[in-house]
Amino acid sequence: MTTFLGLPRTRRADDEPFGPLPHPREPLRWGEPFPAAARQALGNGQLRRNLARATTTIRDKRARVVDEVPDWEALRDTGSAVKQRVLAELPELLERLEENVTARGGVVHWARDAAEANRIVGDIVAAHGVDEVVKVKSMATQEIGLNEALAERGVAAIETDLAELIVQLSDDMPSHFLVPAIHRNRTEVRDIFLARMADAPPDLTDAPRELAAAARAHLRRKFLTAQVAISGANFAAADTGTIGVVESEGNGRMCLTLPQTLVTVMGIEKLVPRFEDLEVFLQLLPRSSTGERMNPYTSLWTGVTPGDGPQEFHLVLLDNGRTQVLADKVGRSALHCIRCSACLNVCPVYERVGGHAYGSVYPGPIGAILTPQLTGPTGGRGTAGAGHHDPNASLPFASTLCGACYEVCPVKIDIPSILVDLRAREVDADRGRRADPLAAAMKVASWAMSDGGRFARAERLAGVTHALGGADGVVRHLPFPGSLWTGSRDLPVPARQSFRQWFATRNDAGPDDFGPDDGHDDGEEAR
Amino acid sequence: MTAARDDVMARIRAALDDPGQSRMPPGVVVPREYRTAGEHAPGSGGALDLLTDRLIDYQAHVLRVPATQVPDAIAEVLAPLAGQVVAPDGLDPAWLREIDGDAVGMTVLRDSRTAPLDNATLDRVAAVITAARVAIADTGTIVLDGESDQGRRAITLLPDVHVCVVRADQVVQSVPEAVRLLAAHAERPQTWVSGPSATSDIELDRVEGVHGPRTLHVVIAE
Repeated sequence: MTTFLGLPRTRRADDEPFGPLPHPREPLRWGEPFPAAARQALGNGQLRRNLARATTTIRDKRARVVDEVPDWEALRDTGSAVKQRVLAELPELLERLEENVTARGGVVHWARDAAEANRIVGDIVAAHGVDEVVKVKSMATQEIGLNEALAERGVAAIETDLAELIVQLSDDMPSHFLVPAIHRNRTEVRDIFLARMADAPPDLTDAPRELAAAARAHLRRKFLTAQVAISGANFAAADTGTIGVVESEGNGRMCLTLPQTLVTVMGIEKLVPRFEDLEVFLQLLPRSSTGERMNPYTSLWTGVTPGDGPQEFHLVLLDNGRTQVLADKVGRSALHCIRCSACLNVCPVYERVGGHAYGSVYPGPIGAILTPQLTGPTGGRGTAGAGHHDPNASLPFASTLCGACYEVCPVKIDIPSILVDLRAREVDADRGRRADPLAAAMKVASWAMSDGGRFARAERLAGVTHALGGADGVVRHLPFPGSLWTGSRDLPVPARQSFRQWFATRNDAGPDDFGPDDGHDDGEEAR
Repeated sequence: MTAARDDVMARIRAALDDPGQSRMPPGVVVPREYRTAGEHAPGSGGALDLLTDRLIDYQAHVLRVPATQVPDAIAEVLAPLAGQVVAPDGLDPAWLREIDGDAVGMTVLRDSRTAPLDNATLDRVAAVITAARVAIADTGTIVLDGESDQGRRAITLLPDVHVCVVRADQVVQSVPEAVRLLAAHAERPQTWVSGPSATSDIELDRVEGVHGPRTLHVVIAE
């Protein structure tokens, strides 16, 4: 039995008991491109069962508690407009936040990118001479790979959220914002605890109650002795400097209350202009994310409160690609996201492939628009559009455009429209970069369709394709260059006879205005 | 650090002021058509009934008593426990009169910002008793704001049982009513509590009781 110290393992092999996923160097770009990763995920029956069960449960819970709010749509409208306003007034609001946090005894740091944020946090931790910190689950610190960066400096970052602990103990990556271990079932969790948690009771069963109790016992001592805690932030009110963290287990309160030093890493877009705006978001977020009327614990703090909680507070404001997203007038609304994960839970694609297939700490529909924009090429707008050499280029295509994500989004991010926009840019970026089969096909089609005789001959050719179809009327494989199309799509079998051919047989005596008169003979043959 | 700040600010301004990009005009009116109050008046029977229902739904224990019987209610819920309990130094001493003393085998420790108990002590006490700032009926939420009758955040976190006394007139129906009340002192450290700590991290199966108090008693003083 081993104890996980928060340090990355040096060796990872496919025969490791809890899966082959190593911690990536780039938390926003790892693994295979989506099509390959999705194909692999779809072959994992256990994963699909775990996901289907979990997403169905949470979808139903959300629907129930949203239905009981008569002004839900009005709240969404306000939430969306407030976030729009935040982006429009971002410089002024950030200045106000900085002023207010500083006035209340906090220290504000600015980080252009992940490396800078990690260095700032690492330096604060080093100044306290500790080799262990406790952490509240946070997407921002996942995004910058903070745990790995701290490990390189000899500091173990202990994840204290139950699901995040499961992920950390199994050397895994999160697959969901809210429930990072959604891809694991109870038996897998039990096995992970028994193998990797030194103080797990040997007779541990797979009852969630027992597993939660084991985590409580395991983390208790850490909470009581930790000197430095690290958190993210759900909201920050610019007008008061108040920061908020929303959670369920009490691990957040432990981290935000007991250690003497608190470091909070927050994306620059997490602001709200006024404290009162929380009355909107504290209604939208819990119901959208866990499907509860309110999450068990929300902590709000403003700088340092003498005699209560951490006496040293650092706020790290993180850019890391956000200004790049902001520069895009279509894509920028991805920055409205409050990380509720409702779009993941309703997405037919996410439900089947899970979070890992997206190769980013931001999976699902919101991840499909946020990740490629955050990682897009720097130096100018038109952020996405990196072209096919970037694995993230395939993310905007990881959707059926069914629109369910937009319907549930508490801040009304029009994810389908942004997906379409990003797709167009990927296609544009590819144009001229290499031979484009689609463009070539379109050129040929245009040439054929511009002349009646050519079109009729093309139709006859299409009729021949009929022979390639299976008994179910679908063509699955065409020879090259058609294979470029059928590699990822099925093709319906063309009709034996075109409309023009059929029409010609009906009007033998009439004038044939539709093309050459050899058409209907072929049609007869094919019949 | 200053260089980073300047760079990030410059990037934001460039992103927003880029000609051809539409910057939402500052000061644009945000629609606020949502409800800012419920149908039940603060402290009304309807609000209390709703709060009770929501709390029970979270597996919290609710006791509704006349204000004069708060001390008895506290004694009743703490009866199965023994040893030390903790209370913030600003808590009404009358509330504790039935539990403090050798006769019931219980000792009340007082905690304050200037004379705090250490975490190890708080980890050993059987329960904590506090007042509250405001309660939200719609969501079954109790908000503590760290004033002297509610105490430091640590005292309501480490003990396994939390007994929270809410006065009827502190019960509002909606979240906006509570937020507007709290905005008067936004700088106070707030803890919003909705039931005992819980997790749904394993198969989204809800388990009450993780790191925070595993048992929450709410005494509503009418």
